[in-house]
Amino acid sequence: MNTKKKYIQLSLFLSIIIFIQLLTYFTGCEYHLTQLTMSAYYCLLIIGLCLLMGYAGQISIGHAGFFAIGGYISAFLTTYDLSQYKDKTILILFSKIGAALFRQDLYGGKVLNFHPWAAALIAIILTIIIAILIGSPVLKLKGHYLAMATLGFGIIVYRIVLGTEKFGAADGISDIPPFPLLFGIEVNGKPVMRVWNYYISWSIVFITMTFLINLINSRVGRALYAIHGAEDASRAMGVDTREYKLKTFVLSAVLASVGGIFLTHYNGGIGPSEASVIKSVKYVAIVAIGGMANLWGSLVMGLILNFLSLRGYFGTYDDAVFGAILIIIMLFAPEGLLKVKLFDFIKYVSFRSKKSV
Amino acid sequence: MSLLEVKNLYKSFGGLQAVCDVSFNVQDGMIKALIGPNGAGKTTLFNLISGVLKPDRGEIFFNGLPIHSIPQYKIASYGIARTFQHIRLFPKMTSLENIMIGRHTHTKAGFISCMLSLPFTWKEEKLVREKSMELMKFLGVSELASIDALSLSYGQQRIVELARALACEPKLLLLDEPAAGLNMRETREMGEFISKIREMGITVLLVEHDMSLVMKISDEVLVLSYGQKIAEDNPLSIQKNKEVIRVYLGE
Ligand SMILES: Nc1ncnc2c1ncn2[C@@H]1O[C@H](COP(=O)(O)OP(=O)(O)O)[C@@H](O)[C@H]1O
Ligand SMILES: [Mg+2]
Repeated sequence: MNTKKKYIQLSLFLSIIIFIQLLTYFTGCEYHLTQLTMSAYYCLLIIGLCLLMGYAGQISIGHAGFFAIGGYISAFLTTYDLSQYKDKTILILFSKIGAALFRQDLYGGKVLNFHPWAAALIAIILTIIIAILIGSPVLKLKGHYLAMATLGFGIIVYRIVLGTEKFGAADGISDIPPFPLLFGIEVNGKPVMRVWNYYISWSIVFITMTFLINLINSRVGRALYAIHGAEDASRAMGVDTREYKLKTFVLSAVLASVGGIFLTHYNGGIGPSEASVIKSVKYVAIVAIGGMANLWGSLVMGLILNFLSLRGYFGTYDDAVFGAILIIIMLFAPEGLLKVKLFDFIKYVSFRSKKSV
Repeated sequence: MSLLEVKNLYKSFGGLQAVCDVSFNVQDGMIKALIGPNGAGKTTLFNLISGVLKPDRGEIFFNGLPIHSIPQYKIASYGIARTFQHIRLFPKMTSLENIMIGRHTHTKAGFISCMLSLPFTWKEEKLVREKSMELMKFLGVSELASIDALSLSYGQQRIVELARALACEPKLLLLDEPAAGLNMRETREMGEFISKIREMGITVLLVEHDMSLVMKISDEVLVLSYGQKIAEDNPLSIQKNKEVIRVYLGE
């Protein structure tokens, strides 16, 4: 792709981010920024999944698992009181470098926790390890078998967070401290920081999007698309398909995990529903409706559908809406909605109506 | 020295012995043809050489190096490229993009450098594009560059697949029935291309059913029947070989 097109797309994206913020400001619905911010963190997962499914052609119905792994590990490490171990050498070392620190909890007591940055780093490293352990054997599978195996992974993560006392079981983990960035700016859900947080979240998406757009228009992206189309032939051309699939899987898992980490700090809590299979299905549905091999389509659909869902527009039918989306997409536009040629469709409709006159 | 040495190769599928004790050499710079009735094991032999399948027994040496136990994806970087009997182009990619994949082993950009779009990746990309266009021009299909590869005619697809294999800059090119499905003019052109490719210094091993093509372009012919080598000689002697005639005309 020519670089000009890339810059036009990216600047359009940037303008839309700013436009939406201004829109909420001038229409007095700045409270919408909360759901827009949350959508951004889900979009991080979605564009990663789009790379994995649409480009590399490997389905995962377990990505909510990685989102939850990021969220839960950082939540746990930043809230679990380590005071009882404070004399252990390793913790003294952690405190010295600032990776662990004392803070006041909700009730005014002093607790020793991991610093959010340290916690996030550990969460990401663990995500990478888990993604490699799961991905290495599972990515040998294809089609339905891969779908089933990743689904199994998602279920395992869900049952673990639901059944673990230390992870708050059905209640999840709350009272999670903000995530400090530079100059006193932090990822938190305080209304005064709303605009800041909107821009923080979408900046992260913007940067990630830039990286992924670069990737798909490169040697690696071409190889991924080749694997998708004809795995044996791409191997004959010298593409190490195992490595490429695994790296893409890990990359998408890390993006999901980072989304989970930031959303958890933003919300100040996380619950087991983040790990549920229905969430994974939702993400797959969004990538499908976005056009599968279409990063921008997935991003737009991720923003719109997550926002509507978080605002409660689908009410109690929320899960059903996404189920219906999947059915409709698979029946009428397995290539994704945005790939259906609108022009052809109009021609088809007008031709039909003329005929019936 | 031989470029390719195949020694006592065996491969069976269940009870079926698809390749049985086959040995032969391919000298550097020649065109060698592999012929035999359907099901003789020609494609299986190609799959063994190109690493798609692992032999049950036997060895394959390329440039003196053993290649019978290395992973399939490494074969291309050793200098062996192939085309497929049933065309295997990459769908939803243009002809040019298909051919560009052939440059994979000659480029380096990895995940991180591609995501960061480092300047060296642009340079690589530019060279890949130029080299691929050059090949399309060489094969006379430049005008197909931006067309979706799978929407091309059968003959054009075979040419694009050939270009993709050439983009690997192989020392040895394996062509599995390159003229299958082509009309007479296209078959003649394909023959001319193969001769030209040999002139470029690329050794060719091809499977082909079109006997006039085989006899015209090849230096040596190897005949396979029921997985076994029954003859190996120059084209003229092969045509006179009684065993070969028997196999081809029936008992
Ligand atoms: N993957 C496979 N599994 C089982 N049998 C196979 C496989 N590939 C080839 N065969 C069998 O091996 C024999 C040789 O096939 P092949 O090498 O394709 O022959 P040719 O290319 O000479 O027509 C055939 O009987 C074929 O059915
Ligand atoms: Mg064959």
